Amino acid sequence: MATSTPPRRRKQSPVVTIVNYPLDWLEERSGLVGGVKYFLSRRVPRDSSWWHTLGSATLTAFLVQTGTGVILAMYYKPDPDKAYQSIQHITNDLTLGWLVRGMHRWGASVFIILMFFHMARVFLFGAYKYPRELNWIVGALLLITGMLEGFTGYLLPWDQTAYWATVVGININASAPFLGPFLAQFLRGGAEIGADTLARWYALHMLLVPGALFALIGLHLYLVTRLGVSSPPWSRVGAGRERPPEKPNGRAGLTRGGRE
Amino acid sequence: MVETKGPTGPPHGPAPSLWPLGFAIGLTVALVGLVIGSWLSVAVGAVLMVAFGYVWVRDAMTGGESTAVVATPASAAVAVVDEEPETGTYGRGTFLGLTTLGLGGVISGMVALPVAGFAVLPAFVGQGTDDIDIGPIGDYPEGEFVVATFLSDPEQGEVSRRTAYVRNNGVKEGLPSFTILSNRCVHLGCPVQVNGLSLEDQKQLVEVEGGPSVELTPTQAASGFGCPCHGGQYDTEGNRTAGPPVRALDRYRFAIRNGRLVLTEPYSVGEVDGAGADAVIHAYDWVNPSVHVDGPESILYPLEPPH
Repeated sequence: MATSTPPRRRKQSPVVTIVNYPLDWLEERSGLVGGVKYFLSRRVPRDSSWWHTLGSATLTAFLVQTGTGVILAMYYKPDPDKAYQSIQHITNDLTLGWLVRGMHRWGASVFIILMFFHMARVFLFGAYKYPRELNWIVGALLLITGMLEGFTGYLLPWDQTAYWATVVGININASAPFLGPFLAQFLRGGAEIGADTLARWYALHMLLVPGALFALIGLHLYLVTRLGVSSPPWSRVGAGRERPPEKPNGRAGLTRGGRE
Repeated sequence: MVETKGPTGPPHGPAPSLWPLGFAIGLTVALVGLVIGSWLSVAVGAVLMVAFGYVWVRDAMTGGESTAVVATPASAAVAVVDEEPETGTYGRGTFLGLTTLGLGGVISGMVALPVAGFAVLPAFVGQGTDDIDIGPIGDYPEGEFVVATFLSDPEQGEVSRRTAYVRNNGVKEGLPSFTILSNRCVHLGCPVQVNGLSLEDQKQLVEVEGGPSVELTPTQAASGFGCPCHGGQYDTEGNRTAGPPVRALDRYRFAIRNGRLVLTEPYSVGEVDGAGADAVIHAYDWVNPSVHVDGPESILYPLEPPH
């Protein structure tokens, strides 16, 4: 550790000290405060607008789904003989159950719709172009995983709509050439929809697919932070920073050395 | 150090190349060979894939910028091979790094493989159901369909409840004949309904061993079956008459034991010629709804998982 003379202290209000001391403690040991500061106060184009908020709106919708879903899981029973009754119990008997289930049910549609709006914004602004192609691909994977959440969640109320819609959905998978029938049998957990199918879809819906979503969202946000926000196509100000001058040997990579 | 955030300069990427086209042709030839069962075609396709794949990867690795780099004289390559590797190029650090990676891979595999197998295999192993008793044959009047609902697997409970349309065709050459249609539409699996009268007030419950009763509902003047989901229509033999279904309704094989009708296994049907006891049924192993069993499209479904 480098030793240096401590800076002179200015007299601080005790309130500021009380707030800042734990933050200093945390920053010294983790660097997290600086990280959050960096994330929140990074530079964005001056003419970024409300259009640029669709991504964080989608993230908010996802977090609402996470929160309400975790609580719903405390009352829902993924058993063919009990699932429907437990949904009725949540909706009709439990305090505020109708509200949280409604948030989850309608929030699912909001999440999907916002994903499409966000995607349309990125497409129309040309924000998918170099160097952000990879983030477009991650976004497309997020769209697919998000729709998988919708598909697996739709079965869980275990009413007639849910059951037959899922029968049809699984059989659409079965109609894919070559591997379709295998995919369908994996989704059913057997040759027929049976006692294990509901629990299987519950596990997919609340563990496997959300795990993939969290990982992809992390990657998506990392790339957004690393590459910066693109300015709108009508912007007169160039986005980002000046491109550094090309080095004489060009750029090196794993598959391609610098030019000789 | 120049501080750079984010990529600069022209994007990394392989130069445009026609090799993938040859690779794709090889892949197509090999897949067509698999489908039509020609090993010669598979072999030709595989050779094309390897050859074009090799030059494709080679060009991609060198950026496709100068073929001169690739076309190193053979003597130079030999000279490189003859040289002794410098000591220290495969040092302790490299060894430990590779060992850690390798052991880590082995350990992860030992954990992940059984788990992945447990996620996938139970859906494919030990499938199939026991025979299903659906009551005395005397409960099935001749010439009319009876709606029979039963548990295909009493251990699983109500979730295994299935419905069949059963018609007693009388006796043909000394043997009783039944037409037993599954009620699952072969378009996408919705339950088809009888186009005709369903006599709910004459519904009867028939006791069977090892499970709840079988429900039998007689019907009258059934002219066929219709699916409420997407409009598929079938005649009284299960042949498609309209809508999106790709084959005739699935059927059950049956046996008669101690005077009782027993369903043994479901099977799929391409089409049915004739009717009733004289019907000629083009039968296939059971396949999923929406899967073609005959016609040119059936080559798209060469394999079926074990049911």
